[in-house]
Amino acid sequence: MAYAGEVPKPRFRPGMLIYDTRYRSLTIQLIVLVLFAFGLSWLINNVIVNLAAKDRTFDFGFLWNRAGYDINQTLIPYTNDSTHGRALFVGLVNTLVVAALGCFLATVLGVIIGVLRLSKNWLIGRLMTVYVEVFRNIPLLLWILLSFVILTETTPSPRDFRVTDEMIAAGQAPAARMFLNDSVAITNRGMNVPAPLFTRSLGTAGIGEFQISLNFLAIFAVIGASAIVNRRMVRRARALQEDTGVRPVTWWKSLLVLFVPVIALMLALGFHLEYPRMTRFNFSGGIEVLHSFTALLIALVLYTAAFIAEIVRAGILAIPRGQTEAAFALGLRPGRTMSLIILPQALRVIIPPLISQYLNLTKNTSLAIAVSYMDLRGTLGGVTLNQTGKELECMLLMMLIYLTISLMIASVMNIYNSSVRLKER
Amino acid sequence: MKKSLFFGTLAAAGALAGFASADTLADIKARGELLCGTNTGLTGFAAPDANGVYQGFDVAVCKAIAAAVLGDATKVRYVPTTGETRFTALASGEVDLLVRNSTWTFSRDTDLKFDFVAVNYYDGQGFMVKKDLGVSSAKELDGATVCIQTGTTTELNLADFFKANNISYTPVTVADDSEAQRQYVAGACDAYTTDASGLAATRATLPDAENHIILPEIISKEPLGPVVRHGDNNWGDIVRWTFYALVAAEELGITSANVNEIGTSTVNPEIKRILGTEGDMGAMMGLDAEWAKRAIAANGNYGEIFAANIGESTPIGLARGLNAQWTQGGLMYAPPFR
Repeated sequence: MAYAGEVPKPRFRPGMLIYDTRYRSLTIQLIVLVLFAFGLSWLINNVIVNLAAKDRTFDFGFLWNRAGYDINQTLIPYTNDSTHGRALFVGLVNTLVVAALGCFLATVLGVIIGVLRLSKNWLIGRLMTVYVEVFRNIPLLLWILLSFVILTETTPSPRDFRVTDEMIAAGQAPAARMFLNDSVAITNRGMNVPAPLFTRSLGTAGIGEFQISLNFLAIFAVIGASAIVNRRMVRRARALQEDTGVRPVTWWKSLLVLFVPVIALMLALGFHLEYPRMTRFNFSGGIEVLHSFTALLIALVLYTAAFIAEIVRAGILAIPRGQTEAAFALGLRPGRTMSLIILPQALRVIIPPLISQYLNLTKNTSLAIAVSYMDLRGTLGGVTLNQTGKELECMLLMMLIYLTISLMIASVMNIYNSSVRLKER
Repeated sequence: MKKSLFFGTLAAAGALAGFASADTLADIKARGELLCGTNTGLTGFAAPDANGVYQGFDVAVCKAIAAAVLGDATKVRYVPTTGETRFTALASGEVDLLVRNSTWTFSRDTDLKFDFVAVNYYDGQGFMVKKDLGVSSAKELDGATVCIQTGTTTELNLADFFKANNISYTPVTVADDSEAQRQYVAGACDAYTTDASGLAATRATLPDAENHIILPEIISKEPLGPVVRHGDNNWGDIVRWTFYALVAAEELGITSANVNEIGTSTVNPEIKRILGTEGDMGAMMGLDAEWAKRAIAANGNYGEIFAANIGESTPIGLARGLNAQWTQGGLMYAPPFR
């Protein structure tokens, strides 16, 4: 019996690109890729043509020019003689400060509210529900404006603090008083708090324009060292307890290790507080926390905390009821059950959506424009853009910076996420 | 993918910039309406009146140009712009010209690729404070909080002035005049600084105007004028000469009352040339012979516009000062119509 020859390989025909399912998806992908590349090149060409038509160049040289404008909150040294590039960094630092503080406080508040919303106490549970629904269903911009208006309209103007000689003679008190033993003043412009100063300062260190105060660095180093020593001590106490059943008394040693070195260092540096005092128009001395900053922070925290609360609640509800019951059966009290059994397991559900809330909060800081807080949008995307007229460059740079910040937050949080998720081996 | 995403945003940003045509005059005629970038609201210069119609000193320039180009002073669409958005609006072609008390500076003229075709108001930057603050000079403002419109030359002048006098201040940046006024009245700042004309206009709208004073220092030169884009010289010429027709009209005694008959009754050849009864000046710019006649008829000559909107008989009460005709000791000086 003669076998037919080998099965002939199907010859490739162009029609197979459409009718053969093996090739069809490739065809479609190729077409979409070509269309995408075409659209992209059209857009880039559009930019080039329009820039040429307006006789404009595309360069970032303006970042090295003198900025010439002043910024009301500068956490790194800046004067109007500094460059636009430095103004960018001033704005970036202002953005990061709000974002970092906001993420931290929103997490704390969000976890508390999320846990309380599950409370068996009817009143607390309902109150938290009302909080969540009210804050997450009203646009953030309105909350920012509302908190700014409340802060500026309900507080006295700086001149109300002034005490003139005639007032002393007449025995009159000024219309407004400072708080906390005359150390904190809240005006309709900001909050003036005492500033820490060092008489025997260590100075600063850094590269070029970027300087870090050595005093604070030393203090942080000592606090860190104290914390490590304290932790080791507690660990040793625990080991001893497991060996012998008797836990040595550690609380006074902990206090000693944690506080004495720092206090000694601060005394050595000549730490003292500079109190704000009234001058002709405003308080000077001390640190002024502008209401634009406070209002933005409060609104961001309250708004984002509502979302985080829901994430936390979802995370807790995702843990089977049996876990709680098992913990109770072992004799753990509800508080310990929550902190030792439920929350650690809930974290792996909580963290991924939490990342996107952090990203949201960071990006939402750009709403600072509503209250004239000089963040990145206010410096680079506001005054610099206007004074130099480099719209395209400023906008692209700003987008790139926000993108970088977001990607960095996401990658750090992803590392944390992989460290807390269930280990599968 | 990240890279292509980046270029995509780059290109999208560019696409938003839109297309600016090279022949503005043809565009306006085809559209049948002039797009004029104005202030969002500065009483006397550009602000909607009780009927929602824009009125003011800057608006009058827009009307005159619409009358010259389209034959109808009402065919203007006013695009309110803030100090921050105005130049982007002009550069992107969103408006045909900007008459928004914008200061003529070197970098705006060259680097931003604009042309300041004329100066319709010679101004300078001043400060307004509450009277009970007891300040009589801007040099006493050491440590004060100052409200300042962002994106303006005044922002930079302010920094320079305080630096030159070795005193300090806290800036509060605001987007436009109305926000500045709100902040100033609320006491969020001790002083408000902008062009002296703007201060006068703001002060006029305050309910307790007598409790606010404008300090004597004028700390800068602010020549304010209409702006067009680089690259369309004919359109720039039309704006420039329409404005100068208004200035020349005041000098030559052409008013809204006599503009219709003086062209034939006069013996002055320059008046005849301006009003189109002699020569063909309009044709040289692509307009008809009576362009200037319509421009003057729209709101009157420069002096009439000044008196009606911001002059001493209005609540704003600005004196002519630098803005008087050169024959009266001012700087308003129209080049010859020849």
